Amino acid sequence: MTRFWTRLVVVLTVITGLNYIGWRWMASLNWEAWWIALPLVIAETYSLIDVMLFGMTVWRLKLRKAAPVAPADATVDVFITTYNEDLDMVMTTALAAQRIRHPHSTWILDDGARPELKALAEEHGLGYVTRSGDWTANVPRHAKAGNLNNALMVTHGEFLLILDADQIPEPDILEKTLGYFTNDKVALVQTPQYFSNVPASDPLGSQAPLFYGPIQQGKDGWNAAFFCGSNAILRREALMQLGLVGYVKETEKSIRRALAASRSAIRQARKSADVQAPLVAQVLDEVEAATVEAQRQLDDGQSLSELTYRVRRRVDSAVQTLVLADVEALQSDLEEISAMELAHVGDSGVPVVADDAVQRMSARDWSPLGALESVQAVLDALSVERNDEAQPVMPLATISVTEDMATAMRMHGMGWESVYHHEVLAYGLAPEDLQTMLTQRLRWAQGTIQVLLRENPLVQKGLKLGQRLMYFATMWTYLSGYAAVIYFAAPIIYLLLGILPVTSLSWDFFIRFIPFMVVNQILFAVAGRGIPTWRGQQYSLALFPTWIKACSTAARNVWFGRPLGFAVTPKNRQSGGPSWSLIQPQIVVAILLAVAAVVGIIRLATGLAEPLGTLVNVAWVIFDLVVMSILVRAVLYKGYEPAAEPAATERES
Amino acid sequence: MEFSYEAKDSYAEVKADGRLNMVSAPKLREFVTDVIAGGSNRIVVNLENTAFMDSSGLGALIGCLKAARQAGGDLRIAAVQPQVRMVLELTSMDKVLTAYPSAEQAFGND
Repeated sequence: MTRFWTRLVVVLTVITGLNYIGWRWMASLNWEAWWIALPLVIAETYSLIDVMLFGMTVWRLKLRKAAPVAPADATVDVFITTYNEDLDMVMTTALAAQRIRHPHSTWILDDGARPELKALAEEHGLGYVTRSGDWTANVPRHAKAGNLNNALMVTHGEFLLILDADQIPEPDILEKTLGYFTNDKVALVQTPQYFSNVPASDPLGSQAPLFYGPIQQGKDGWNAAFFCGSNAILRREALMQLGLVGYVKETEKSIRRALAASRSAIRQARKSADVQAPLVAQVLDEVEAATVEAQRQLDDGQSLSELTYRVRRRVDSAVQTLVLADVEALQSDLEEISAMELAHVGDSGVPVVADDAVQRMSARDWSPLGALESVQAVLDALSVERNDEAQPVMPLATISVTEDMATAMRMHGMGWESVYHHEVLAYGLAPEDLQTMLTQRLRWAQGTIQVLLRENPLVQKGLKLGQRLMYFATMWTYLSGYAAVIYFAAPIIYLLLGILPVTSLSWDFFIRFIPFMVVNQILFAVAGRGIPTWRGQQYSLALFPTWIKACSTAARNVWFGRPLGFAVTPKNRQSGGPSWSLIQPQIVVAILLAVAAVVGIIRLATGLAEPLGTLVNVAWVIFDLVVMSILVRAVLYKGYEPAAEPAATERES
Repeated sequence: MEFSYEAKDSYAEVKADGRLNMVSAPKLREFVTDVIAGGSNRIVVNLENTAFMDSSGLGALIGCLKAARQAGGDLRIAAVQPQVRMVLELTSMDKVLTAYPSAEQAFGND
């Protein structure tokens, strides 16, 4: 029944929305003020698409019954990922994980490699993993994804329960979720992330009831439930398969790139001074012949390991032959000198070049090729060892700081299925101060945009249309920062300058706009079934500087290789007083809005502005200010006090 | 799962009999690493009696390939069973590793 009403409201939202936005584009634009009229109608179109994607999500809302019985023989590794969190916190989680009822091994994945934690783990009989020796300073560490990938190589459970260091699991978390895997195609079961240190008023918007509710349930209906990094169970086989496919793809790409670059690298090397030596010139000829052959073999579909092996053998043996010739020349020179007795050569008679000299001088670092960096780079890339990474197989995606989303998307692309299990089975700790919260939101947004730019879901092979749109929907919401700026600017511009982006605020406007707005709000109420969504709506607008920063830094990162300025979200409250500086852009906007409202009223009083326009825009300003007022509470929030609100942890189930 | 190893003229043959899965994969990696440390860097993994392999097993093979390459040699596979061939194709690993009909043929031409 709920489903019927939800779908009805979705249909109404789409009809009223298209009716309004269609009219806005066709008949309402004030072209004289195109510089605000056009951005505003684009922002409104953005919002309509956002709502339509939300409508599509909840269209297939999936309310699951309990999972089938967990297979008793399923083997499970429980991973607790940590970097710098309090040892107490890590151990509380680890010991709770140890008490999970289904048979399993518990592992602490300590990226901080802390000896104290190792000792504690041993004392309690917990597994303890740090990065292997392969993670040298020359390869990227890939943060949490790297930590998990490292652990996957030294454990062997069929399933993996992943927990952040603060996520204390219930003893029945596996019993309630493993049963889904009796369907061989299921690769992921995600449970909600719920925070126990958040008051009912949730000043920092930590709980995400809309996401861990209708949105995930809706995505689940499209077989696109997201992996959210923690409180999720994964099938090892699916992860390893991703790792293998990724390995093959990366290796092939690198070999193709190297072969494409080889011609110019060799040409360049021939021009350089070292090539005056005939030895080097001959080796270069041989390298060229080897790469041409490799290209031919690649086109013929020969295996990558074989063709790279042949290149290596051919180049190595050429180098060796030529070095040997050199050494022999040297040896005969020595013998000649000795025969002429022109020099005293020691007691042992004719000096002999050591046997292993050829070997040694042909080795990579001393080889005549060593000096020709561009050629050496081509030869290094013609390999199947993936030497630029700590391990050839990287099961968790490393293209984004939100490895979870990227990984799940690739799994879906390979035809695996996912499940969202709507029951809180682990209790975590949310940030207790604004700065930490902002860092966390920034990271999520950055990661999401990275995935959008690197592996745009709309064009990923293997994904169904619904899945593409489900991933795209989440990415789309993170573009809201730009729309927010326009929504703030429009009323300010009208109230200060009297410039209206629409031709007139008439009956035509209200009869289209108001039904859309009303139905829109009803949609959230119906889909949310009474859950509080207002806090989320506030933050999606109020954190506009964070969203904009995320988009711009992620774009710079993906397109120009700049660093993101990535930070691990601290799980402890940052000290210090209220930090108003964190919301400086919002304060500036709020002041501008307030000033604009006052000026607008004065203009109305002096007859410079008309009543209806002023009324609408002042109301708009008040709405914006109410939305942003949450930030004042957020700045002043002093952290969670459990005694004050005993009911808070009982909320939601 | 049982591993054995036999030195041939120009290569070392490693046999992996049984099911090469997430449990036995790390053991294969260890076994081959030991063979390489023993001085053989041309390895043929004979899979004629490997009835089943999963992605972890393939992952271990890549680890072994890397180790052999770093020792200046190579690793090849031979005599794959239908299920193993399917896994190779599913993960497109057949683009990386050629499956030779028999261990003798693996290093036949080089």
